[in-house]
Formats: sequence, structure tokens, C-alpha cells
Amino acid sequence: MNERVARIEARLRAALAPDELDIVDDSAAHAGHAGARSGGGHFNVYIVAAAFAGRSPIQRHRLVHQALADLMSSDIHALSIKALTPEERSSHP
Amino acid sequence: MDDVLQRIDQQVKNNPVLIYMKGTPQMPQCGFSMRASQALAATGVPFAYVNVLEDMEIFQNLPRYADWPTFPQIYIAGELVGGCDITLELYQSGELQKLVDTATAGQDTAG
Repeated sequence: MNERVARIEARLRAALAPDELDIVDDSAAHAGHAGARSGGGHFNVYIVAAAFAGRSPIQRHRLVHQALADLMSSDIHALSIKALTPEERSSHP
Repeated sequence: MDDVLQRIDQQVKNNPVLIYMKGTPQMPQCGFSMRASQALAATGVPFAYVNVLEDMEIFQNLPRYADWPTFPQIYIAGELVGGCDITLELYQSGELQKLVDTATAGQDTAG
């Protein structure tokens, strides 16, 4: 696991205590594209946490952004987020 | 509110469906911007766009307007809906169509 993924994982685990967390570093697929010049990576986050219950998609994404706040300006250029509650995961396997 | 935030606020309020994106719907410069603008286009409702790569002031300040750190950003009826992921989820569930239809409903008769 690379260092940036490890940092993202540590922040999300501390802030949201996820049941399930999968982070994929997709940066290689975007190397050379104009947006990648800042040095930040592209990451896909799949996260299942009880903390999302009763929250809209935008509120869930905000929770993730807040947990990663300082990384959003350095390590992360783009972040794709799939945020589910444990109940939603079991109803959409 | 400083000038640039006021300018953004005017754009958001004056356009019922608006996307801040990298590039244009015809020539997107980022895959996320491309997919989000394609979802908007698929609703068949006219939408406005701002190319943030052509306006550095907006590029640098939009994240603090609605406390959202990334691009693209999609606004419907003056409210931030989200970025690419949420817009695609809403498109797939049919919710995006309802939102844009409602947001533009007054337009035809008012125009």
C-alpha cells in the first residue's frame, strides 16, 4: 500500500469508524493529464459506515472531505466516493 | 462577501442548472467534468457552464463558496447538488431529471 493511501485510510478510520473501507489509487490512469500536474493523486474510496445513516449524499461526501481536510489540498487531486450505510450495503450486495 | 464570491453567487442564482467544470461540455479537460456534464446533457434540459480553467479567480475561490473542495460542482436551483459521483448517482436513479425539470419549470412560461 502506498503512503498516500495509508494516510487517507488512517484519517477515514479515525473519523468515521467504517465497517468496510476500500481505497484504490487510480493516479496512474491519469498521469500526464492536465489536472495531475499539481502532484495530487486520484483515489476511489468505497466506504461503509453507520455514520452515514440519515444523511444525504452531499452530507456523506462532506463528512469524507472533512475527515481528509488537509490532504485534500496536498495528496488528493480527485476523489471518487461511494458512501453507504451497513444497511444499504446488505440491500445492494 | 468579497467580489469573486458575489460573482459566483450571481452565477449560481441566475442559472437554474449550472456546472463549474474543467473545460467545456464540448471539450472537457477532465473525466469527472466530462461525465457530470454528459449526465446533465442527457436530461435534455439546457444548462449553463463555467470553465474554471479559463477563470483562475473562480478556480481558486469556488471551493470556499460552498465548502466543497473539488471540481466539477453542479448547482441546481441555487443549491450545490454535489460533484461527479453524486450527479451520476442521481442521474441513474432518475432523481436528477426531476431536479432539473423542477428547476427549469418556470422558465418556458416566464420567457
